[in-house]
Amino acid sequence: MSASDAVTADAPRTGISSSGPAADHTARSGPRAQNGNGGGRPAKRKLTGREKRNLRMGLLFISPWMIGVAVFVIYPLIYSFVISLTQYSGMQSPTFIGFQNYIAAFVDPMLHTSVGNTVYYMLLAVPIGMVVALLLALAMNRNVREVAIYRTLLYLPSLIPMFAMSFIFIVFVNPQYGIVNQFLGLFGMPDTNLLGEPRYAKIVMIVMAQLGAGNAALIYLAGLRNIPETLYEAARIDGASRFRQFIAITVPLLTPTILFNLITGVSGAMMVFTEAFIMTNGGPDNSTLFYMLYLYRNAFSYGQLGFASALAVLLFLFGMLLAGLIYWLSRRFVNYDVSAG
Amino acid sequence: MAINTLDAEAKNLGDSPKLKARSNYGRNPDGSRQTPVSAWTSRVVMVLVLLLFSLPVYWMLISALKTPEELAQFPPTFFPTEFRWQNFSDAVTVMPFWLFFRNTAIITISVVVFSVVSNFIVAYGFACIDWPGRNKVFFIVLATLFLPFPVTLIPMFDMWAGLGFVNTWVPLIAPALFAGGFFTFLLRQFMLQTPRDMLDAARVDGASEWSIAWRIVFPTARPAITVIAIFAAVGTWNDFMGPLIYLQDESKQTLSIGMQVFRSVNAQDIQFNLLMAASFLVLLPLVILFFIFQRYFISGISLGGFK
Repeated sequence: MSASDAVTADAPRTGISSSGPAADHTARSGPRAQNGNGGGRPAKRKLTGREKRNLRMGLLFISPWMIGVAVFVIYPLIYSFVISLTQYSGMQSPTFIGFQNYIAAFVDPMLHTSVGNTVYYMLLAVPIGMVVALLLALAMNRNVREVAIYRTLLYLPSLIPMFAMSFIFIVFVNPQYGIVNQFLGLFGMPDTNLLGEPRYAKIVMIVMAQLGAGNAALIYLAGLRNIPETLYEAARIDGASRFRQFIAITVPLLTPTILFNLITGVSGAMMVFTEAFIMTNGGPDNSTLFYMLYLYRNAFSYGQLGFASALAVLLFLFGMLLAGLIYWLSRRFVNYDVSAG
Repeated sequence: MAINTLDAEAKNLGDSPKLKARSNYGRNPDGSRQTPVSAWTSRVVMVLVLLLFSLPVYWMLISALKTPEELAQFPPTFFPTEFRWQNFSDAVTVMPFWLFFRNTAIITISVVVFSVVSNFIVAYGFACIDWPGRNKVFFIVLATLFLPFPVTLIPMFDMWAGLGFVNTWVPLIAPALFAGGFFTFLLRQFMLQTPRDMLDAARVDGASEWSIAWRIVFPTARPAITVIAIFAAVGTWNDFMGPLIYLQDESKQTLSIGMQVFRSVNAQDIQFNLLMAASFLVLLPLVILFFIFQRYFISGISLGGFK
């Protein structure tokens, strides 16, 4: 992302639609700055009075977050980074060993396994979850009298804490009497310990995650409710079919929500932990040893706080990279302008 | 646009009288009528899906009603042969249930109120004011979503211990005052969809940013604000790690910690029916609250120009 992109992306927003000399001036300043120095750094351009005022107001409004990010994110991150450069068990004082933890991480076969498992989980759970959540949201948005019941029951599993849900699911997939196994038996599947098979354990967790799709569905629901109904009425008068309305109105106006669910879905999948910790503890055959579980073990079972911190820093950097990529790609697809329909 | 129309507009945003006047039941989003056949097929599919999603809680409830003997039966029964309602009264007497309930409620309500206010203010700064460098700073918000939770555990404990706030509710409530990445990002996505003309008209009329935020943008962002209120409530109500780390006195503990008595007191035989009864009682307030508040998912934006 170059600096000038930010200016051009913002330019239409600076414009004031009603007339007035001050408004016209700011509306043009964006594009002109871009033409003038052709990709130069607009930051060096002198800020107009209006921009200065906006900068002051903007920073004032985000100031609670700035304090929060310094205390709750940057400070722990620096703390972790410093620890990651040491050998530290939590008992004796840490000894500085430079980047050795990072070098060790790159050649650690267990880490490779955990990265593979996490990527596998992410590639399946994120897209499936986004589609399931959208379908739930469409059900939660129906114009029927009992919609309150739809919403409540579909959201019900999301109200159960993950650890409790994991305990319940262990019973559901019990090889002898579990309801999931009995259901699969109807289709001729022999009794299998689904959590005991490396092939199936991750799949069980991906399926279980769908019961918690209510969270993402609520966000989609809010997005659906944000679309003005008048747009649909106008489309119907123009003779658009319901499918056409979905493609031409619902999807484009839902793109900010889709972007949100994509990024938070990726973030959640990268940090998948509780299910594996309770249901399988990484087994069978390390097939559910996810990255966070491996990090947790290093920190709290193996007493390798330095190495665990290095893993945390690497995960954070990778996540940032992924978020940056998605955010950058999203500039083409995400539509924030409701009135453009 | 003159000052008086601004007021009318702001009032219109939440509940447009036009939309209220006509019942939307049995209609598609575009206002056309559903055919009876499609309405009924979709209802049948819905019932199947609803059964599937109710299964975990149903199982929780029937386990909570079983006698220990029936609970040990193999294979388990799908409907209790004998209802043991006493499990519920036992569950609330084994731990100081109502004290923990009150503590959890106070913490949860504080966190919800603080989260809504702080995240709304910050999201307004990221979505509705155009300041140079805004999008670059916003990327830091996204980055914070990828901070692994164990990273914050030790440094945060050190900090709260240094400030003398361990064994108080401060470490559980105070972070809500400072807007988190998840909620800010969520609100920002919605607030960017606020029609620009409306904000600019209000500015031309001399309204301050603060009053634009609360009087114009807040009502239009109502569906998204409902979502963050629900998430904050559920997250805090069910939070286990926070109270575990920061609270020591029993008089300050929360329900999620209280539930541990069923495991730790009798490590040999977990009283599974009591655990499930307590879990169900802990879950119930959330279900009721959700049922009440789900109706705030009403349409936020109404476009004047499309009538």
